[in-house]
Amino acid sequence: MHPAPSVIVFTTLSGLGFGLLMFLGLGLPAVTGWVAFVFFLIAYVLAVGGLLASTFHLGRPERAWKAFTQWKTSWLSREGWCAVVALLVLAPYAAGLVFWDQSFALLGFIGALFSLLTVFTTSMIYTQLKTIPRWNMKLTPVMFLSFSIAGGALLAGQIDAAIALLAIAALVQLAYWKLGDQAFANSGTNMGTATGLGSRGAVRAFEPPHTGTNYLLREFVHVVGRKHAAKLRVISFTLAFVLPILLMWFSPHHFAAVIAVLSHMAGIATSRWLFFAQAEHVVGLYYGKR
Amino acid sequence: MTQLPESTDRKMGLVIDLDTCVGCHACVISCKGWNTENYGAPLSDQDAYGGNPSGTFLNRVHSYEVQPEQGHAQLVHFPKSCLHCEDAPCVTVCPTGASYKRVEDGIVLVNESDCIGCGLCAWSCPYGARELDVTEGVMKKCTLCVDRIYNENLPEEDRVPSCVRTCPAGARHFGDLGDPNSDVSQLVAERGGMDLMPEQGTKPVNKYLPPRPKDTIESEIDILAPLLAPVAENPGGFMGWLDKALDKLPGGDA
Repeated sequence: MHPAPSVIVFTTLSGLGFGLLMFLGLGLPAVTGWVAFVFFLIAYVLAVGGLLASTFHLGRPERAWKAFTQWKTSWLSREGWCAVVALLVLAPYAAGLVFWDQSFALLGFIGALFSLLTVFTTSMIYTQLKTIPRWNMKLTPVMFLSFSIAGGALLAGQIDAAIALLAIAALVQLAYWKLGDQAFANSGTNMGTATGLGSRGAVRAFEPPHTGTNYLLREFVHVVGRKHAAKLRVISFTLAFVLPILLMWFSPHHFAAVIAVLSHMAGIATSRWLFFAQAEHVVGLYYGKR
Repeated sequence: MTQLPESTDRKMGLVIDLDTCVGCHACVISCKGWNTENYGAPLSDQDAYGGNPSGTFLNRVHSYEVQPEQGHAQLVHFPKSCLHCEDAPCVTVCPTGASYKRVEDGIVLVNESDCIGCGLCAWSCPYGARELDVTEGVMKKCTLCVDRIYNENLPEEDRVPSCVRTCPAGARHFGDLGDPNSDVSQLVAERGGMDLMPEQGTKPVNKYLPPRPKDTIESEIDILAPLLAPVAENPGGFMGWLDKALDKLPGGDA
């Protein structure tokens, strides 16, 4: 799949933002006044910034509001609803903490729930696609949720929780890569089933439909950069999990926390790049490609 | 709403004969011509006369080589467009309701004025039937020439999809695949029509007729064989001497 920068930025930032909002909604840390203002500002900038970035890849962004209509069937529509509900419900909760030193705990809880649901619905947009076996796995939502919760804990300054949750997310990441690498072969889709000619012999793409490229090849058959995948996995894993865990473990103070957060964000963005770049769409088979 | 209908009154679709298709791409051109001038946004091209041309097509013809375990390889030309699936994943993923499947004839269409160009429907299609038009920013797909098949301004013989009307080999057939007595359904039954990627669970309406097996006449009767057989397997005389002499020269150990 083409790793569109807008979608990578969106899923990375909004994942972290909604993770932080979940912790804030649960009153972790129990902050009020200016400190609460700064925490909520960071969370809203990440979540809203991510959502705005996601509209950049639309062909017709001016009609984006129509995406709220099909919540009965479409995960993308449900994601829009969950995000808006989470952001709207948490706004009075945040105002209570910042201006009146009041915690409307029920609003916070509902906001935290919808923050998690937003991340879940985002992950289901990818998970539902049978056409991309690497995404069509039960582990995909687990990965999105574990990354978001771990990142949220890190941003919320919940040091003990962050160390444990980052370790869990790291294990999920390893399992996702292991299973993902076998997903295409296990899906049962190959050039034989794509053309229906598999029972007759070995099928080879002889001639593509056009000499030039097209939308399908640009969008679904991304091969540039896959050759560095193994190195990028090591870099991503180190930045996203190993370095933040070590920093939190040995020097849990403010400066180290900033480094840990930046490292985590860079690592998750790299992991998300790989999530797209390594995902192979079955339509590539019609072109004899993966 | 982008909920799929429980069932459709008819299942209009195409039957494509891989035995007959000669790979001339006439269907590709007629499709592009009709659908650029009629229903919805035109099918744009980018750098059409330059070094890196690319454009939107609703129908493309691939060619495959099939190598059986024994015997000669076979070349199969393979036109591919929307299969108007009964369980169309492209419809249910649409966040705006722009994509829908019609109850009356099962045709899958895009309401372009509702499409936000998110591309998710193209991601969900295993067949590459949907292409986002770069100029319009909306999703384009085969309409089964919905503006021809019911068009009473056209002569009756033209009320079929443009690709079917154009095919010079008669490799494309159009009809109701939900009616077991229709010509297309009988053709599918007779020739063993097949689904593409059945494991994806999309239940495509369009069917493909497999190429007929190649005959094996060459191994039984070859009337020219006696005339073409080599006169001598081990050449003697001058040719024999030349063969040996050339073998002794260094190099050219083919």
